[in-house]
Amino acid sequence: MSNQTAHRNYLWSRFRASPIAMTSAALTVLIVGGAILAPLLASQNPFDPAALNLANSLLPPSWLPGSDPHFLLGSDDQGRDMLSALLYGSRISLLVGFGAVIFAAVIGVTIGLVAGYAGGWVDALAMRLADVQLTIPAILIALMVDGLARATLPQETHDAVAIYVLIFSIGIADWPQYARVVRAATAVQKTLAYVSAARVMGVSSPRIVLTHILPNVLTSVMVLATLGLALAVISEATLSFLGVGMPPTAPSLGTLIRIGNNFLFSGEWWITLFPSLTLVLLALAVNMLGDWLRDALNPKLK
Amino acid sequence: MKRLLSVALAITLSVSAVHAENVLRWASQGDAMTMDPHAQNEGQTRTFAQQVEDALINRQPDLTKVPGLAVSWKLVDPKTWEFKLRPNVKFHDGRPFTSDDVVFSFKRAQMPTSDLRDLIASVADVVAVDPLTVRILTKTPDPILLDEITTIFIMSRGWAEEHKVTVPQNYGNGEETYAVRHANGTGPFKLESRDPDVRTLMIKNPDWWGLKDQPHNIDRIIYTPIKNQATRVAALLSGELDFVLDPPVQDLARIESSGGFQVERAASPWTIFLGMDAGRKELLTSSVKGKNPFADIRVRKAMNMAVDVNAITQRILRGLGQPAGNVVPPGVYGYDPSIDVHLPFDPDGAKKLLTEAGYPQGFDVRLDCPNDRYLNDEPTCQAVVGMLARVGVKVTLDLKPRTLHMPRVQHKESDFYMLGWGTDTTDAHNHLSFLGLPTSIWNGTEYTDQKLFDLINGMASEIDKPKRDAMIKEASTRLREAYTYVPLYHPLLAWATRKGVKVPITLDNMPHFAYARFTN
Repeated sequence: MSNQTAHRNYLWSRFRASPIAMTSAALTVLIVGGAILAPLLASQNPFDPAALNLANSLLPPSWLPGSDPHFLLGSDDQGRDMLSALLYGSRISLLVGFGAVIFAAVIGVTIGLVAGYAGGWVDALAMRLADVQLTIPAILIALMVDGLARATLPQETHDAVAIYVLIFSIGIADWPQYARVVRAATAVQKTLAYVSAARVMGVSSPRIVLTHILPNVLTSVMVLATLGLALAVISEATLSFLGVGMPPTAPSLGTLIRIGNNFLFSGEWWITLFPSLTLVLLALAVNMLGDWLRDALNPKLK
Repeated sequence: MKRLLSVALAITLSVSAVHAENVLRWASQGDAMTMDPHAQNEGQTRTFAQQVEDALINRQPDLTKVPGLAVSWKLVDPKTWEFKLRPNVKFHDGRPFTSDDVVFSFKRAQMPTSDLRDLIASVADVVAVDPLTVRILTKTPDPILLDEITTIFIMSRGWAEEHKVTVPQNYGNGEETYAVRHANGTGPFKLESRDPDVRTLMIKNPDWWGLKDQPHNIDRIIYTPIKNQATRVAALLSGELDFVLDPPVQDLARIESSGGFQVERAASPWTIFLGMDAGRKELLTSSVKGKNPFADIRVRKAMNMAVDVNAITQRILRGLGQPAGNVVPPGVYGYDPSIDVHLPFDPDGAKKLLTEAGYPQGFDVRLDCPNDRYLNDEPTCQAVVGMLARVGVKVTLDLKPRTLHMPRVQHKESDFYMLGWGTDTTDAHNHLSFLGLPTSIWNGTEYTDQKLFDLINGMASEIDKPKRDAMIKEASTRLREAYTYVPLYHPLLAWATRKGVKVPITLDNMPHFAYARFTN
């Protein structure tokens, strides 16, 4: 116990000493917090078509002439308040990001644990499967899954499940990362004395894997997951930008960027700039945090 | 030295080659649906066809009729037109053009898989009198036959038989025939290569019969569909394109102000509207079961009242459209501005009507829209979703490219859809018959009004002008007051070209490149 507390204190002091980590964490908390509290913070529900009014369309941000103070960051072509759209959009983007990471981690960790502990043909099969999966770019898998869902589901259903389709398609492309790392760590752990001891004492294999090995490989999974979150958010934005992600009636950050792209030449820069900026900041902050976490947890860099 | 010379020579040659070729590179948001001239009566498809093929009578950019493959025509009796054909005309593959090809093409355009058969529904028979004379016999006197046949492009019988394309492609079934990617006409340009949704290349037909009177200097035409608005504008501004058919409304000012480009505008005989299926027992995409909300005229009227067309034309089209109240647009014969007035925007009145009709909480339905066909079709549909939501009608928006959107309208698989209608004949009968008659595949409303049908069918053969005018007026009014359509707007055309290239604006929004010129 005391060992763990010391570890925690050590992490905290390292965190306090790193301005990059602090800034990144603050930014992440700001964006994630804004996303979670969106219904309380936003002046309008941008997903409710009845709340939009064309009379309020294309208003510039509040510090420019011709603006409306109710629309702090301006509005888009449908009269959607940009700030509200950003809050709700980040909500979707983060939901997809977290969902995809959890989905990928659960599959990847399970396969990695089984492969690493069992070894032999199970290991060979799982790792070749991961190899095959890795040869196909994530975005291609996501496009394929989304296309399949689109072809098989009617539109009404598809819009409702679009977010799950995104979570599934981004998550399914990412599991080999986790599987490989966990498998390698498991293979190392299982040769260690404490595992042999447990085995000699007659502890069952599933129990060894879950209670002894899993906690010891989770650190690397956490680092991967943090870095993966940023990637998943970007993947979601890419898919939505390509028009195969979230529908325009429930825009995520990527959808907002896609809509704003049409107004790049005409001077309504705020429609595309603010969502892009949010996406960049979010991805950057989470990435930096992940990087820092990796260094902080790496015993060789202590 | 020798080597240097040959390099210099090569450069000179390639430079002179560039100068010798006038390549017109153009783009718009979507591609033609097929190259088969009779399979689809759709704007972009016909735009491609009219570069490659001719009709007996062609249209100029201002839509006036000019001799095409026929040099003269006369009415022999009220039901018989005789056409003298142009001599010494050859198809692109070298086959001579004769009256037999005209007979073949008309018969082909009347087949069940032809989308043009409704346009020549009055034609009873087409007979070849001699190699350069044909007669078209109509079932009843047809006052607009000459207008109707401008849409029937002439193919070569020999070519069609050789490639087994004597029957039009069945577009709805996704049939793929030789004629889908190849064409053989008598027109100003030859179809050189066709890669659907990627690139289409046409080259000058040096033997075109019209070159003497109308010499043009276009050697090649390269078409690239570019769906993304910003990309399309960027391609134009960066000099990769000479002509954009549909520059986004929000970018017109930018294009005009950047020098080196010009935007030409014109009113066009088009109407963009929403159609509601009033005939079905039960809607396909609504949770209302056992009855069809759109079967109730009060619901249809409420839908019309709930849509603020002025906001759409001002905000989404930025003034590049005129609010519409009827499907018959200005610029066609029989247009009446007094009935082209949209019901006043009145959400409260719409709610009251919905309550009266038994939908106090509204209902849900899917709206099918194209996202690469009409001026700002996607944002327009999104705005409509918002407007209807405010009166309680919950709309799911389904955006599809035109090649997927059009078939679902034609197969009557859509409860609520966006469509636009230009003009094939410049006569109101065209709009009324395609959008009002139950036999038309473009009429997804499935609305029945025998009086309306009789009027539309009647005007097709009525040669007494005042009487016919009255019929057009009555039919237009009846169709409008059935409220099966929510007319949205009559778009204004805006074509953007690089300076140094002149593409005269064609009022039906179908560019005719034989009239285009490189001016420098």
